[in-house]
Amino acid sequence: MNEAVVRGRALDVAELPTVVFSHRSLMWWGTLGLMAIEGFVFALVIASYFYLRSHQETWPLTALPPDLLWGTINTGVMLASFLPAHLAKRAGERMDLPGVRLWLVASVLFGIAFTVIRGFEFATLNVRWDSNAYGSVVWLLLGLHTTHIVTDLLDTIVLTVLFFTGPLDGKRYVDVSENSFYWYFVVGTWLPIYFVIYWGARVV
Amino acid sequence: MRQGPLGEQPHPHKGRTKDGLAGGELVARVLDATWADPPGLWGWFCAINHKAIGRRFLVTCLVFFALGGLLAATMRMQLSRPGNTLVGPDLYNQIFTMHGSTMMFLFAVPVMQALAIYLVPLMLGARATAFPRMTAYSYWIFLFGGLMLYAAFLVNSAPDAGWFSYVPLAGPAYGAGKRNDIWAQMITFTEVSALLDAVIIICTVFKMRAPGMTLNRIPLYVWAMLVVAFMIMFAMPAVALASAMLIMDRLVATHFFNPGEGGDVLLWQHLFWFFGHPEVYLIFIPGLGFMSAMIPTFARRPMFGYTAMVLSIIATGFLSFGLWVHHMFATNVPELGKTFFTAASMLIAIPTAVQIYCWIATLWTGRLNFKVPLYYVLSFFVILVIGGLTGLMLASVSLDSQVHDSYFVVAHLHYVLLGGAVFPLFGALYYWYPKFVGRLMSERLGRWSFWLMFVGFNVAFFPMHLLGMNGMPRRVYTYPAEMGWGTMNLVATIGAVTLALGIFLTLVNALRSARHGVLAGPDPWGAGTLEWATASPPRPSNFLATPIVYGRDPLWQGIPEGQPDHVSGLAADVREVLCTTVADAQADSRMMYPASTPMPFLAALATTIFFVGSIFTPWAVVWGAVLVAVPLVWWFWPTQGEAQEELALEKLDASLAAEKP
Repeated sequence: MNEAVVRGRALDVAELPTVVFSHRSLMWWGTLGLMAIEGFVFALVIASYFYLRSHQETWPLTALPPDLLWGTINTGVMLASFLPAHLAKRAGERMDLPGVRLWLVASVLFGIAFTVIRGFEFATLNVRWDSNAYGSVVWLLLGLHTTHIVTDLLDTIVLTVLFFTGPLDGKRYVDVSENSFYWYFVVGTWLPIYFVIYWGARVV
Repeated sequence: MRQGPLGEQPHPHKGRTKDGLAGGELVARVLDATWADPPGLWGWFCAINHKAIGRRFLVTCLVFFALGGLLAATMRMQLSRPGNTLVGPDLYNQIFTMHGSTMMFLFAVPVMQALAIYLVPLMLGARATAFPRMTAYSYWIFLFGGLMLYAAFLVNSAPDAGWFSYVPLAGPAYGAGKRNDIWAQMITFTEVSALLDAVIIICTVFKMRAPGMTLNRIPLYVWAMLVVAFMIMFAMPAVALASAMLIMDRLVATHFFNPGEGGDVLLWQHLFWFFGHPEVYLIFIPGLGFMSAMIPTFARRPMFGYTAMVLSIIATGFLSFGLWVHHMFATNVPELGKTFFTAASMLIAIPTAVQIYCWIATLWTGRLNFKVPLYYVLSFFVILVIGGLTGLMLASVSLDSQVHDSYFVVAHLHYVLLGGAVFPLFGALYYWYPKFVGRLMSERLGRWSFWLMFVGFNVAFFPMHLLGMNGMPRRVYTYPAEMGWGTMNLVATIGAVTLALGIFLTLVNALRSARHGVLAGPDPWGAGTLEWATASPPRPSNFLATPIVYGRDPLWQGIPEGQPDHVSGLAADVREVLCTTVADAQADSRMMYPASTPMPFLAALATTIFFVGSIFTPWAVVWGAVLVAVPLVWWFWPTQGEAQEELALEKLDASLAAEKP
């Protein structure tokens, strides 16, 4: 079953599977490509942060460091969201419709939670983007990550709605798996960004 | 055939007609109808076939090349004698900035990607690029970005701070008006396009090769484009980020490059050249790929040293990221750092030399077939070697500091870029033209064009070395007669006119041959790679049956006894493609492709409104994002029909099928 078979001079591929996950799926490679690009953008902004910092006597220039409270809470919430994302991925790869629906909805709730908390993070950065170069780079870093959170949340909402309304077919479960894969990326990149924004302004 | 999760039914008859050579002409017609884009004007906006997009992309890039060339000609006219008043200083600033930006961002890199979009699937034996609608989207984004730049030029708002747009000149303090915002946003357009195309090419090469085309059988041109795609992924983000910082400094008063508030102007140069140096190789490596595609054909033997060639391309890709500071030798970066970058700049000559020796060995031991593409190939050796040698000179800090910002640099970079990329590109256009059009270009006109270009190029650019040594700075709109630069400038202008005439002859040749050229047939040059296994121009599905590959030059090698020579069993009445494994290219899964749709066009239009709007108000970032989200969601949302067709073809993996009856 589901292998290519030789028939005369032809290699018959009609029995090959159409629903494949992970590195067998073209979508996985596409997602990985975009993650590489976006991850590299984050890395470059972090490099710019330290480049600017290395040229200053005092850091964070004339501003106060950002308050730790909301950023740290949000880091906890994001880490916790690994769980629903992971369970949605597993359910997707088993083509388990009720499981997918449940964990997609849970992921959306987490996404909403950390988008709201992100608002408080901006409010307690203690610097404006136009105050000085430190403020500019911190706003850029947090802003870039926020666009990722928001787009990932919107993607997840669209996918969740689709799983309640249809039309569905097996390939949509691959989308669930890829969506969680991207979620891992968004949460995973937050950790270095968290340390740079909140501790880069504190640790000498 | 399976039911959907919500009780969706499979399509009653779609997916039953299968491809393969057994079906004959009947199935071939079904395949044509399945893979063709819709006809008419509306269909033109819906096109997603990689050949349609690739052709359009190529023509667009060549139009930008012509526009950039006209700007260059205007500069040469202005400089042809001292004290000339044809062009004033402000317009001259715009013209040289437009020339550089056009050639770098709207021609040199995208034209290589455009050709890859057309050729890579054909060379891999695939029916399409990965993500066909994204391919269309990235074309439209590119086109709109270029149009925005030229629209700004027409209303006297073209950027004027040079193609590398240094701050503080381009920053809010000195760059008044919208000129440099236009530049920064043009970067956003072209980088989005280039990055998406890079992902598309990587995925196509990794997952869509014909069965049997293992990693060590991929054509060298495709290897080159694969390395380029990876380089784009890590180089382009730097300039996209830098231009985003620049436009934020200008529009929302951030201070990234403002030393008064803790910013740093050299941050711009680091970010820009971290992109800008690999950029040179993004332009040059595809040129190497063209060379490696054409040389075996015209030497009539397989390439000498395939493995060394592949490793050299990869090494060049890596090393190109370690050179960027050699553009900054005239700044206050630490001396020890400069030494490192000098060494790295010299090191990169090694993999390039390995490739040059492999080509020479191939040509030396082959039986040369002297056709126009080979002329362009051979000219590469002369021009690029001169450009490479002056590059080695510029890699030395002391020499670089002497000729920095002089015409010596102008001469060097044109030798590298034209010799390394444009001459091989013209060879490639002559080489693959019969594949695009179905007819050969005229050899006689081609040789005239070549010699005019070759002589014109050297007459135009060689004197610039000497002008630079004599102290003529780049980017001056005129010079006084007593500097004594008049004669050499006049010679350079005459050369430029000759070069332009040569290029024009190729245009005439292409237009004329489209009607009157000799019919080409599938393989007019007797080449060995898969794009020559199919009709010229290829039918909508590229290959009526996907070929199976047993060597590096499949057309020269034949099929081992008793082995299958083609794939069958993909749907003919649904756009179905075969995915293979990354390393060994074994048939692994099937995948259904989307229908032609105007969504990429509409999404690109929305993105354009977003990008252009944000030059005028930061709020465009908010409402623009909403505007872009609508077509993107629509784009993603499946239709009933798609789900039905998908289900008609659906098969699960063995492990899943066991638990999902």
